[in-house]
Amino acid sequence: MARLLAVTIIVIAIVSAIPVIMHTWEAPADISTHGQMIDDQMADTMIEAGVSFLAAQILLALFIWKSPTNKPGPEGKFKVFPGGAKGLIIASIVLVGVEVLALGAFGSKAWARVYFTPPAADAMPIQVQAGQFAFYFRYPGKDGKFGPIHPEMISEATQNLFGLDPEHDVESRDDVVAAELAIPVNKEIHLLMHAKDVSHSFYVPALRIHQDFVPGLDVSVHFTATKVGKYEIVCSQLCGLGHYNMRAYLEVMSPEDFDDWQKKQAAAQ
Amino acid sequence: MHDKPAVSTAPAVVHGPPTTFISKHVFSLDHKVIGKQYYALALVAVLTGMGLSWLMRIHLGWNDLAIPGLQAFSPNGAPGGVMTPELYLRIMTMHATFMVFFVLTTAPFAAFGNFFLPIQVGAEDMPFPHFNMMSFWTTFVAFCVLVSAFFTSEGPPLSGWTAYAPLSAIGKDAGPGQGTGQVIWAAAIGIFCIGQLLGALNFISTVLDMRCKGMTLKRLPVTAWAWFITSCMGLTAFAVLMPATILLILDHVAGTSFFISSGLVINDQLVPHSGGSTLLWQHLFWFFGHPEVYIAIVPGMGIITHVLITNMRRPMVSMKAILYSMWALAFLSYMVYGHHMFVSGMNPFSSLVFSFPTLMITIPSTVLVLIWIGSLYGSRIRINAASLFALGFISMFVTGGVSGFFLAQPSIDIMLHATYFVVGHFHMVMGVAAIFGIFSGTYFWFPKMTGRMMNDTLGKVHFWLTFVGTYCTFMPFHYLGWAANVRRYSAFTDDYLKPLIPLHQFITIAALFTGAVQLIFLYNLAHSLFRGAPAPANPWEGTSLEWAMPSPPPWNNFGGKDPVVYHDADQYGVKTASGTDYIMQDSPEPSPTGC
Amino acid sequence: MATTIPPPEPEALPLPKRPQLSGAGNSGGYDFIPADGSLKVAEQFSPAPSSSAIWVGIAAICMSFAALTSALIVRQGASSDWRHITLPPILFFSTFVILVSSGTLEVARRHVAAYMTGRATHVESPRLWLYLTLGLGLLFVTSQYMAWLQLRAQGLYLATNPNSSFFYVFTAIHALHVLGGLAGLLRVIGKLNHSTLRRSTLDATAYYWHFMGVLWVYLFALLWMRI
Repeated sequence: MARLLAVTIIVIAIVSAIPVIMHTWEAPADISTHGQMIDDQMADTMIEAGVSFLAAQILLALFIWKSPTNKPGPEGKFKVFPGGAKGLIIASIVLVGVEVLALGAFGSKAWARVYFTPPAADAMPIQVQAGQFAFYFRYPGKDGKFGPIHPEMISEATQNLFGLDPEHDVESRDDVVAAELAIPVNKEIHLLMHAKDVSHSFYVPALRIHQDFVPGLDVSVHFTATKVGKYEIVCSQLCGLGHYNMRAYLEVMSPEDFDDWQKKQAAAQ
Repeated sequence: MHDKPAVSTAPAVVHGPPTTFISKHVFSLDHKVIGKQYYALALVAVLTGMGLSWLMRIHLGWNDLAIPGLQAFSPNGAPGGVMTPELYLRIMTMHATFMVFFVLTTAPFAAFGNFFLPIQVGAEDMPFPHFNMMSFWTTFVAFCVLVSAFFTSEGPPLSGWTAYAPLSAIGKDAGPGQGTGQVIWAAAIGIFCIGQLLGALNFISTVLDMRCKGMTLKRLPVTAWAWFITSCMGLTAFAVLMPATILLILDHVAGTSFFISSGLVINDQLVPHSGGSTLLWQHLFWFFGHPEVYIAIVPGMGIITHVLITNMRRPMVSMKAILYSMWALAFLSYMVYGHHMFVSGMNPFSSLVFSFPTLMITIPSTVLVLIWIGSLYGSRIRINAASLFALGFISMFVTGGVSGFFLAQPSIDIMLHATYFVVGHFHMVMGVAAIFGIFSGTYFWFPKMTGRMMNDTLGKVHFWLTFVGTYCTFMPFHYLGWAANVRRYSAFTDDYLKPLIPLHQFITIAALFTGAVQLIFLYNLAHSLFRGAPAPANPWEGTSLEWAMPSPPPWNNFGGKDPVVYHDADQYGVKTASGTDYIMQDSPEPSPTGC
Repeated sequence: MATTIPPPEPEALPLPKRPQLSGAGNSGGYDFIPADGSLKVAEQFSPAPSSSAIWVGIAAICMSFAALTSALIVRQGASSDWRHITLPPILFFSTFVILVSSGTLEVARRHVAAYMTGRATHVESPRLWLYLTLGLGLLFVTSQYMAWLQLRAQGLYLATNPNSSFFYVFTAIHALHVLGGLAGLLRVIGKLNHSTLRRSTLDATAYYWHFMGVLWVYLFALLWMRI
């Protein structure tokens, strides 16, 4: 039965690895400037993890396979692993520990690229507000400034989704609110994130951007999309019964299309 | 007043024999009965939790399928038997809470630990048997309080076992079950913390103070060490979670604003709270939450090490390495909790700081795995249900462990955070691996606990089907995660998620199969309990003290005698005068290896 | 199982010997105080787990209050709604009471300890000091309650502002722990009256009680500075 277990472990390990090697299930293709770094890091980690996984499972299976034929020596003792405990501990530290730590150290470059570089001065500010169970986006309009949010004025009934008060706030008068995130291609976007009620998350797999909304704390991310198209924005932080259905579309447009879109939106409001 | 003996030289008796049915089986002071009570509670919880997971899986595979009987279970949650999104989330929350708290914490730690820790250190009982009894009954009350959420008009909460504020703090406006249901949930967890703190106190004192003559720390069996390390973690982790649940309850019932920030709007109404911190809950919760993962797995590591050395008839290549690795895991578990919060809005610099200790966890984990595998080299392992599950544990721990390489890195977490990859990772390592440890311990210790042997053939069948079934269930979770499948969705309506539904259906079938296989285990357990062959005192030829007493042990373990220990528990593969290949810990026979 | 041996004469008090076993666990030798108050030395080889368990318990309580302290600091930094409030002056009285009660209990503990370790040949029953401690402990809880009444009179309720929330939470959780200590004290007195009291039980109760005093001083300082 030991041999059967050894074979089973090997078969499971290999079958598990096949979809990974064949890329059967993959994330949507990257459309961002920084995504390649994350994808590379993912690929490196995949190799490291895959080798460790297969090596450990095969070694385990191998020793289980040999187990029934092992015989104790004259003293009643079984053979000890060559190198003993010291060898095994050094192997763990050198073969796995150091590699993984190095991997993490290199990977911090990708993290730094996303989080430690400030947005460019000419990055386009857009505000996103997450509420149960929809995202809304606000463009600052010609003046380039967002009017202040008055939470007590937020009302779905009157469609004042951001709680704007154009009568008193000059900046609010030309703000444009939309239900989809339209952005020009190859232009850096500075997304200011505001939560209306509970925690949500802004996750765009194709953009390689993932950031939680924090109620009471406005956080921001910045990114540049490189490919025209329509992509999904999903909420990944459990926010209530409609969580599964909370989504919006990211529409990456050519600069001309974006100008048209903006004009249309401004005219509609 | 004067008729008591003024001076006594007899060993202090922790408590007397039980005299009534109630004091023997219900409010028992006996650590062995309390251990079995914990096991029974975990069994009820795991069956409930598994039943709930079936409902979830069926819904995820076939969204519109009417599940017979579900309407009776929840008339509003499942009109016509089709699950609503809110019922799905409630079931998910309760599944996780049952499993994490009432199964993975109670079974390997509280159940086996209670039964075997005092015996393995050579004590008659825990030092504070009344606390021990209170520990179980407090946990039982916590369980009842949690279950009562199903029977309130509002129903159980839907905010997940992590109960992220402010969803969990605002109250009933935030969603169905978020009022009374959430308060019940928080109260249950708070009560549970009290029970586990009392338990941890007893465990630590047992190891420190109740060891018999000759039982030095070096001679403690590995399981005793594992439970000791776990109770040290439990003591600190539950002591942090408990005040957090108190603050959460106060936000609900007293109108305070610990976790609810200003300016939140629900249903066009301003939430009447201000100034609280959203991230505060996450910090407090994960400071508990990460050690909790190790509370679930470290006893399993101890159990399978114990089972493996008994069945390999040889000590591990280095027991010291195993012990230090377990301590290192316990120590690191407090420094890494931030990896649950990489993209939570926490300072991104902190994410990087948390990522390195997280990556360092691979070192003690790899040492453990390599010592286990290296010890298999050259040895001839006895194959039985217990050792099969122990070997399965290693395979599962490796699989669950390597996915940690990904999740420890904040840059990759951008893609994998809150996806099924995370679900796969923790189900593999703290779900399946820990449960394999429980199964291994059950097959190994059942004869001692009940005095009857389990059916080994059925146990092996159970192993094979479970081993293959769990891989089929949880391996695809990782593929879903790579494809950016977000977790905690009750349906997959997004364009990029729709193609993944067939994989979900495959998982559902595998999960239903694996769940059904557990009936074999249940049958084996029930049948062996009444009809099993009588167990000898030492069926596996083990060396530790639990095998030095009859099966099942008498109420005072050593029959009123003081055991004396001469060896560590690793005396396997030796040649003795009587022709056996092992020396019991309490046997005065000299050992060739010393110690 | 208990065998009675003749009690030793008071003038021939041997130090309790710890059993010296090579490679033994730390099984300890600890003492009984018999019920009749005339204290005699006894030896028994069972350990006294309460002596280490109390430190384990104190460690857990420290963790809880450390968590609450960090919650206070994070919450204070999270928002600008933190308004300083004047703490009720009666808290100084509370502080005084709990520190004095620590002293009275320590007197009781020292009397017994000196006798048990052979440094004193005669000891009065510590009952009086224990009752005094109990009274002071109750006075402390009453005084804390008065402080709440005074805050309430100022219009500061649990949910009024974050400062008052934290004040009530800290003082209430501490008071609950003090009540637990009082229950322990009652148990000690009960054992002294009706059965044998272990020295380790008295020691553990005293250490816990001192810890409650230290914890209160810490909380008072924290609340004073932060609230």
